Amino acid sequence: MNILKSITAAGFLILAIGINLSGQCKTFARNTCLPMLGEYTHDGNYHATVLMEGEEAELFKTFYSDMEYRMAIRGDETLPPVEFTVMDANRNIVYSNKDNSLSGVWDFKLESSQQLKVVIRVGTAGSSGTTPAKGCVAIMFGFRVK
Amino acid sequence: MNKPLKISTVIHAMVILSIITIAGCRQGGRGEGRKADQESISGADAELYEDLKQAEKIFYSLPSPLESAMLIKSAGAQFDDDLLNPVENANNYTTNRTMALNLGIYTCDLSFASLYDQTQLIINYMSAAKKMADGLGILDAISDEDIERLESNIHDRDVIMEIVSQTYLNSNSYLDENGQPAIAAIVLTGAWIEGLFISTQLVDQKDLDGNKLVGRIIDQKLSIDNLVSLLGENQGHPAVDELIIQVGRIRTIFDKITLTATPVTTEFDQESNVTLLKSEVSSDLTPEVFNQLASTVAEIRNNLIK
Repeated sequence: MNILKSITAAGFLILAIGINLSGQCKTFARNTCLPMLGEYTHDGNYHATVLMEGEEAELFKTFYSDMEYRMAIRGDETLPPVEFTVMDANRNIVYSNKDNSLSGVWDFKLESSQQLKVVIRVGTAGSSGTTPAKGCVAIMFGFRVK
Repeated sequence: MNKPLKISTVIHAMVILSIITIAGCRQGGRGEGRKADQESISGADAELYEDLKQAEKIFYSLPSPLESAMLIKSAGAQFDDDLLNPVENANNYTTNRTMALNLGIYTCDLSFASLYDQTQLIINYMSAAKKMADGLGILDAISDEDIERLESNIHDRDVIMEIVSQTYLNSNSYLDENGQPAIAAIVLTGAWIEGLFISTQLVDQKDLDGNKLVGRIIDQKLSIDNLVSLLGENQGHPAVDELIIQVGRIRTIFDKITLTATPVTTEFDQESNVTLLKSEVSSDLTPEVFNQLASTVAEIRNNLIK
């Protein structure tokens, strides 16, 4: 009987934690990352996750030559700044926001369609002995015809 | 009297929660994703996937329905409503598999109609997509207010695109964040196949050379590895397993096309603040391969809308 109660309690706990974290990222992405796309049309895709200081996420996407794109990346305000690097199919770095004051926005267009990889890394605050910060990171893409 | 019992229940719950969490991490962790990637990635983009080592999360992004429709339009193709999945078919979709696939398909048709200012079709396809989203239990993906806003802005393409984008975002984020990534992957696959179906059907097969739309179709060779990886992450779901087979058939045909690209160089325009990625790409698509691609995609897509 006790085990049954425990399983039920664990189930609710998992559900509550899951819903709490996920709800945060969806709202965060919509309210803080989406407006960064400005006049570009959001493609409608959803990419957001919870990351801790020092953790990385990667994204693979094809970009087309007829379009002009804006990439917007934003981390929760509790997190240190988010770094991102964009690589081509041969892993050559074509852009890093470290060269642009860690800007969360990059506008680009392509002569020919390319598969690119985006590596997103949450920085570290650098203070030892404290619990690393954890929060949502969202990546969104907007486009417009060239 | 009851207090010790409650505390022990909480302790039990925490122990069980830890076991479930650890087991869950082991089953669905990075190791499994990497194995699926290693099995599925080949060709020119393999290098790009090689260092999947540190990432906590990997996103495989596909062209969205709106982006696909924009690519078709910007290639100069004409609108043809005969290619769309009739909205009357919506009543036939009663399983999660068919509703998810056709949520993607109808959203792509809706996007296509939106970019060509097909006002009545926009409303009809938004309603069909809503029916699919409601059937899947996606709360408020497409609300009655969205439909009313669509109707009152039916001649404003920018507002329509914003509503389509928003409703697609609602569906994806809901499924992704409510423990239904397999269903989310099925929606995305349905949309991608519909976009490829419409594009291949709009090409005049006598006019392949220098055809801009054919160029956009060849570009899908770059996206198919992302699609295979996305489906691979959800392997084990019966509907996903079936899609892996069907998408594999399309990939086999794309594998017959060789893309040759020069290294990417960048040029930053200070005035517009836009970076240009410069590279030249050539391909060796033959009419035979294009015919195979068009007929295979049509066969797969027509089965999906049954």
